[in-house]
Amino acid sequence: MSSACRERTNGIARGGRCRRPGVSFGAAFAIIGLALLLAACQRESRPFETPPPADASNDEIAMSPNHPGPGGPQAASSARWEKYEQSAYEVAEGKRLFTWFNCNGCHSKGGGGMGPPLMDDKWIYGSSIENIAASVREGRPNGMPTFRGLIPEDQIWQIAAYVRSLGGFVRKDMAPSRDDSLSARPAENRLPAPRPQQAPASPLSGQGKP
Amino acid sequence: MKPSRSLRFVCTAPVLLVAGCSEWQSALHPYGENARTTLSLILSFAIICTIVWILVMLALAGALLRRRSNAEGLRPPLETDPRRERGFTRMVGSAVAATVLILVGLTIASFFAGKSNAALTGKEMLTVRVTGHQWWWEVRYQDASPSHTIISANEIHVPVGEPVKIELDSGDVIHSFWVPSLAGKRDLIPGRPSEITLLVDKPGVYRGQCAEFCGYQHAHMAITVVAQRPDAFDAWRKAQLADAVPPAGAQQRRGQQVFLSTGCVLCHTIRGTPAGGTSGPDLTHVASRQGLAADTLPMTRGALGAWIADPQSVKPGAKMPRVDLGPDDLNAVVAYVGSLK
Repeated sequence: MSSACRERTNGIARGGRCRRPGVSFGAAFAIIGLALLLAACQRESRPFETPPPADASNDEIAMSPNHPGPGGPQAASSARWEKYEQSAYEVAEGKRLFTWFNCNGCHSKGGGGMGPPLMDDKWIYGSSIENIAASVREGRPNGMPTFRGLIPEDQIWQIAAYVRSLGGFVRKDMAPSRDDSLSARPAENRLPAPRPQQAPASPLSGQGKP
Repeated sequence: MKPSRSLRFVCTAPVLLVAGCSEWQSALHPYGENARTTLSLILSFAIICTIVWILVMLALAGALLRRRSNAEGLRPPLETDPRRERGFTRMVGSAVAATVLILVGLTIASFFAGKSNAALTGKEMLTVRVTGHQWWWEVRYQDASPSHTIISANEIHVPVGEPVKIELDSGDVIHSFWVPSLAGKRDLIPGRPSEITLLVDKPGVYRGQCAEFCGYQHAHMAITVVAQRPDAFDAWRKAQLADAVPPAGAQQRRGQQVFLSTGCVLCHTIRGTPAGGTSGPDLTHVASRQGLAADTLPMTRGALGAWIADPQSVKPGAKMPRVDLGPDDLNAVVAYVGSLK
């Protein structure tokens, strides 16, 4: 009860009730609840039509300069990140495809194995979704194969969005929640926020890692 | 007097509904031992419940229409007549006794139907493992020797007159295996394998359907059961064991090249080629099946072209993405996949 209400109750006769704050709280809850419901609809929108095939990023091979010595990777950026990272559906599809296309074979649920881990904060070829999509599409030296022409472009972006969620870069309400099977680490939506990005000491010392 | 329009509608609608039930997917047309037991159970429940309903409605109508006698109107409302009260007690008591008897009788009938359905278990000669996926069925004929295991999809072939064990499991969410003409439903629960026995007594094609809502394309998740005479079944099994036929002609060879160098190869297996993906259905003998995409489309060249060109317009939400192929490549792939008898 608000202080204004308490004063009025004290001022008036005993047993008098103040109802107005209750009503306004109820109305506020209803409005906030509705707003949350509407926001939740946006989170799950599922576009099924495939984007048009003619796509600039698919036509030209994206080269990423491989610097010897210190100096971070070039961060690529485009307007497409939002469609994939701001949709729980796209990130969840990326999670399914991560297993389907056997990314697990080398990156083992993001923990790394034959390939580098994806859940830490070291990124040899850049941490933006564009960089990661380029790594999947074109492949990287020392083992990462190219999936150009094999995985459709929108699925590459879904996978890239999921890889970002492995490092905690995707908003918590968009990242996938816990697995059906046992997992040694917290679900993607329970990861701590990533630390500020550091440039790797020497990009050539590591293996090809998106 | 001419019958009114609404009366005519009321008369024709049930006739149309009954005509809509074709025999190949109908629990009212049983072609197997289990389905016959289930049908007799359905009929006994329906008949008994109809009789009970009619009796209750008659009693209700009698109570509503009964005229009050004058003597009754004059009596004070709380006064009781011991003779009438005894009659009422007898009526209510006998109705309760009849209800209990009917419920116990139906329970016993249901128990014996379940028992007779379970009696086939353990006598099977053949085991088929069916795994549900969103939204198709993976079919695997188990054999002691791994080289004799057949992997197929969306179509089960069974020999007539032999009990066949269907082992059920799911790869993602809960599905339910239901071929109404052959047996009742059985759920496919991830991580909890279950089984059901089919015994078909007449050669033919029977349609089944996923009976547990499993996502966007649940309605397009059908399975076909082809019952054959044992010799025809053995011939089919031998044909399925063979590797895929090599491409004949330039167009089919190009189709195979395109298949192996684009997205198709990531998810599909064609035995006898390097294609070994297991996320999608095995396509080694895809053209020998009757339907496409879990019986969404018939297996024709046109339907195959439409499906490969843009699966999302045929079955929105299906896990098969569109692979961007030029018109010539698309024709070549359709020719090649269509040749995989």
